[in-house]
Amino acid sequence: MSERVPILKIGDVLLVSIQIDLEDQMVMDLQEDLSQRIVDTGARGVVIDISALEIVDSFVGRMLASIAAISRVLGAETVVVGMRPAVAMTLVELGLSLGGVRTALNLEQGIGELRRSRRNGSVPR
Amino acid sequence: MTNVGESDRLVGLLTQGREEFTGKWVRGVTSTLAGRLTAAEVQQDLNELYTALVEALRNGGVATRNEAYGEVRSLLTELSRNRARQGFSPTETAFSVLALKDVLEPALADGADVKAYLQLARVLDDLGLYTIEVHAKTREEIISAQAEQLLELSTPVVKLWDGVVGVPLVGTLDSARTQVVMEKLLQSLLDLNATHAIVDITGVPAVDTQVAQHLLKTVVAARMMGAECVISGIRPQIAQTIVALGIEFGDITTKATLADALRHALDRIEERGPVEIGGLL
Repeated sequence: MSERVPILKIGDVLLVSIQIDLEDQMVMDLQEDLSQRIVDTGARGVVIDISALEIVDSFVGRMLASIAAISRVLGAETVVVGMRPAVAMTLVELGLSLGGVRTALNLEQGIGELRRSRRNGSVPR
Repeated sequence: MTNVGESDRLVGLLTQGREEFTGKWVRGVTSTLAGRLTAAEVQQDLNELYTALVEALRNGGVATRNEAYGEVRSLLTELSRNRARQGFSPTETAFSVLALKDVLEPALADGADVKAYLQLARVLDDLGLYTIEVHAKTREEIISAQAEQLLELSTPVVKLWDGVVGVPLVGTLDSARTQVVMEKLLQSLLDLNATHAIVDITGVPAVDTQVAQHLLKTVVAARMMGAECVISGIRPQIAQTIVALGIEFGDITTKATLADALRHALDRIEERGPVEIGGLL
């Protein structure tokens, strides 16, 4: 069995901290686990922490976008936090934008962002 | 091989007349440097060079590509590096080597010596070219080091307020500078926990599609990290150019002055309110 990415619950937010480079199977597992957890816990927000990732390519980018889309369908907003400067620069150079995915500097700001969007009613950027 | 005979002859000639030749050589070189180096300094350099040259001729003949010339080359490298740093021209530097030809010319005795002299002249020409090459290379190194320094100097990132950083850009934006600016900006967003960035282009003389492209990249990268980015300091002419060129800044906020941009950022921060995590948990 391949490794699974842990999903932690804090209040009504689910925290996914990605610590290692992801492979196809792990991404599939993560999407499955996360959607299950959102339904089980009735979470209103998902925070994906990528501060440990040194490389974010189109594969990871697509994964983040699809997780955000899945969560939105299930009624939870997604924020990606902790992107490294080098990663942001590479993405820009590659012409990739994490379309439709919200970002925040760190976990604290990310949770603040979720809280705000819930207070103002869901307003996707 | 005749070459060997000639180089032996040269070695003999050079060893025999050592005092006389180096003395004249030093005088010749010193006079062209117009007092910017003392005779003692020149003498030290040239004595070493002379010794190494005779040694190389003895071991390696007149083939300057030979390993025997390693010592000569390293001495020449050092010499022309120093000269380049001190601001001497390539001619003055190369003359340090070529002057040896003038010194040796009067010492020619008969036909056989002429041939040997020509051989030596060829060696010295080679070495002279080598000094010019090193000289040029050193100058290029100096220039690129200065360009790098300029790059570092001209791109400060300043904290304007709690959670707001500013990047006052001065000078033209090329891709190398954009890279540096982006790197510094993104790092300081992290370090200062800033949610707003203001890129001020008051000091950018002209905005064309290229520059706009670089600005956009910077803004998009900052956004990707989760910070809002405002471009400020757009002068009237630049606004006109931007519209004339059909440059689209999309949904990026632009302001006329840094003050406007700062006010905008502060308003936004107030709107968002403090980060309260407790409410959500």
